[in-house]
Amino acid sequence: MSTIPLDYETLRLIWWLLLGVLLIGFAIMGGRDLGVGALLPFAARTDEERRVLLNVVGPTWEGNQVWLVLGGGAIFAAFPPLYAVSFSGFYLAMIVILLALILRPVGFKFRGKIADTRWRATWDWALFIGGAVPSLIFGVAVGNVILGAPFHFDDTMRAFYTGNFFLLLMPFALLCGLVSLGMLVTQGASVIVGRTDGLLAERARTIGIWAGLGTIVLFALGGVWVAFGIDGHVITSTVDPNAPINPLAKTVELVRGGWMSNYGAYPWMIAAPVIGFAGLALAVMGFNARWKLIPLLANSAGIFGIISTAGLSLFPFLLPSSTVPQAGLTLWDASSSHMTLFIMLLVTAFFLPIILLYTGYVFRVMRGPVTTTSLNKNPNAY
Amino acid sequence: MIDMTVVELSRWQFAATAMYHFIFVPLTLGLSMLMAIMESVYVMTGREIWRKATIFWGTLFGVNFAMGVATGIVMEFQFGMNWSYYSHYVGDVFGAPLAIEGLMAFFLEATFVGLFFFGWDRMSKVSHLVVTWLVALGTNLSALWILIANGWMQNPVGSKFNPDTMRMEVTDFMAVLFNSVAQAKFVHTVSAGYVCGAVFIFAISAFYLARGKHVEIAKRSMVVAASFGLAGALSVVVLGDESGYVATEHQKMKIAALEASYHTEEAPAPWTVIAIPGEDGGEPDFSIQVPWVGGLITTRSLDEELEGIEELTAHAQVRIRSGMIAYDALQAIRADGTDQAARATFDEHWADLGYGLLLKKYREDVGNATDEEIAMAAEDTVPDVWPLFWTFRIMMGLGFFFIAFFAFWFWKASTGKLDSNKNLLWLSFFLLPTPWIAIEAGWFIAEFGRQPWVVEGVLPTFYAASGLNFWDLVISLSFFTLLYTVLFVIMIMLMVKIVKAGPKDFAFVDSPDADDFVVAALPATPATKELGS
Repeated sequence: MSTIPLDYETLRLIWWLLLGVLLIGFAIMGGRDLGVGALLPFAARTDEERRVLLNVVGPTWEGNQVWLVLGGGAIFAAFPPLYAVSFSGFYLAMIVILLALILRPVGFKFRGKIADTRWRATWDWALFIGGAVPSLIFGVAVGNVILGAPFHFDDTMRAFYTGNFFLLLMPFALLCGLVSLGMLVTQGASVIVGRTDGLLAERARTIGIWAGLGTIVLFALGGVWVAFGIDGHVITSTVDPNAPINPLAKTVELVRGGWMSNYGAYPWMIAAPVIGFAGLALAVMGFNARWKLIPLLANSAGIFGIISTAGLSLFPFLLPSSTVPQAGLTLWDASSSHMTLFIMLLVTAFFLPIILLYTGYVFRVMRGPVTTTSLNKNPNAY
Repeated sequence: MIDMTVVELSRWQFAATAMYHFIFVPLTLGLSMLMAIMESVYVMTGREIWRKATIFWGTLFGVNFAMGVATGIVMEFQFGMNWSYYSHYVGDVFGAPLAIEGLMAFFLEATFVGLFFFGWDRMSKVSHLVVTWLVALGTNLSALWILIANGWMQNPVGSKFNPDTMRMEVTDFMAVLFNSVAQAKFVHTVSAGYVCGAVFIFAISAFYLARGKHVEIAKRSMVVAASFGLAGALSVVVLGDESGYVATEHQKMKIAALEASYHTEEAPAPWTVIAIPGEDGGEPDFSIQVPWVGGLITTRSLDEELEGIEELTAHAQVRIRSGMIAYDALQAIRADGTDQAARATFDEHWADLGYGLLLKKYREDVGNATDEEIAMAAEDTVPDVWPLFWTFRIMMGLGFFFIAFFAFWFWKASTGKLDSNKNLLWLSFFLLPTPWIAIEAGWFIAEFGRQPWVVEGVLPTFYAASGLNFWDLVISLSFFTLLYTVLFVIMIMLMVKIVKAGPKDFAFVDSPDADDFVVAALPATPATKELGS
């Protein structure tokens, strides 16, 4: 172990940040396609309009979804107990997300293969479900993390989850779901505005303005709720950030509004919600002013701000426990071993820049207009 | 105690979703390589027909790829959902290859697959060829990392149990990476994928040739498929999986089960061609054996003996008793982390801890197990012999058949007589499903043959499941079955439609000319009527 040049504490902190990067990466990149999917039946009315939308995001959506796959893989590799507890605990919610996500690749691919109105309308709704349902439930899941999930461990670190699917649908969690849906719909609208003209862009613009404004209001409401209506978890024992993992080694107290305490201790963290509000506000302004590019960039910043706000408020918790607070998972007591974190950091540091480079290249090649010639002649056009 | 019904249902769900996912994976592996080869010929010769072929097979590839992506994301999440204790217990080792698969392979594959389909008129010939090869590279690397993960489940090297964190942790990452079982599995699995892609292209081309349609593309595709398929089929069999079989104790048990060899055979062991189970469904009454071959296949030698099920079971009892000592020492360490005597005992016996956990099926306090319970747990280490025995023979038979099949057609292609016999062409078409039979049989052998372990010798399957309830599983299993069945029917329907339509001429524009109106501006343009046709 002495050969590892970074100490355990630093590696844990880096992986906590990287997890944020991956999840934000998915929300910004995958959110484009989820948002467009959620808007498909509304922003686009005719088959031609819908084909335009599908062909705008179609060539790049598969790569964007890998951010989610990688996010899942990174949770597994870097925070195995978090992966074990959250994915099994939120089992039926995960099943709903998976069933909805399954509809997307086949929806994109199958829809255009048969020129039948009912066939295409069916897949339009499948793509709508594939976009809207995961967007909503990802947010509901984050809401439940903030509320704390009902789980505990036995002395072999086996996790027991004592909640059920309907307990996930608490009002606060639903509010978080709407924030998530709102920001991703705004993302979808900004993509449409950026890449199309005419009626399609006009409808997306209207949706973008309202979804953006709605997200601002709901995000603010969520903040008030967290400050005055929800118990935050505070660690009351000393924590050794270099110790082997053991979630049960700490003591935890519940404090009303406790999730706000980090902002007192580290005032710079206020930047996160500020970026969240400012990004969304600028996106709405951009929509209003008919700017092409600003809404996408500004809303991406907004997404970054909103997700960072959730992550920073919870710090150092990853998944608090509502029934046995002591069992809550933090980045200090739910990580992989020192060596695994280090190896995974080396691999990530090598490949993530390469991924960004070729993703950039692909977006550059696919930029600009989609032509009817390529659309009609290409058997793989959506 | 653990709810065995939930465990059983979880196993069914994982098996069903994994085997379903693996309908699409081998075809992706094979087709991506074959498309890259065909496009290479196009770029080198400049002949349009090769591009036409690439695009046509690419269309079928696309439908298959969508199904692969749709079902693959389920796999990434199911470990945590249904195998929660597994995820905690081995996540430190097993999670890394999965995450690296995303970083190194799936990102590459998924990002460039869009350019493969949409980049034809936006890139130079050579750039597009590079893209196609990158997609093929991505799929192969993806298989590599998944098989490093799976290889570790078969042969858990480079790791040690940490009593302070109650899990397996990496001690030597290079050992995990260069695990002999993983390497053998990788070669075996990707070669099987190449065979699958080759049979797919060959069978459909044979269909065209038999009906005298699309003859030029069909013949060219058959030449490529026969050569590539022959190389793949040889690689599957010769560089097959068995080289890794003897690496560990339980792999010996798997071999013994595959061979239905209940007693140790003296070296060199014979190979059982067929056998008929005895009355109790166990030891065979009747069998046909070929001398020496068994020893050669399984140990690659004439002087190493092949241990039988009974001898291996007896040895399992020894390990279970050692595992009980490890378990008690672990309890002592958990109660008092400073207990150095317990730590010393644990270090001596930790490798058998998994064998001790087998007793969890019978009692909570493993250390107090009776002789009878130990004997039962040892019996549990024997996988179901007969399903394995027969699937192994089906897989092997098909493996040799593919060599003969492609060798024959390779010879026909070299002599220019591909279309000399219509009946043979039709027969080749109807052989289309055979690679999937062999491939699914192979995974069944690998995974069912590893039972009762999820990680061989380390963690019993029943002990690894999540604490879900019966209805969670009923709901998820029903929805998966329903959705997967519907999608399968639709996919087959679309593939049939694409095959019936056949290859088309695609005249992509190299630069958008003035008449090309912009789809992105469509709603404002009156010329939209021609779309959607």
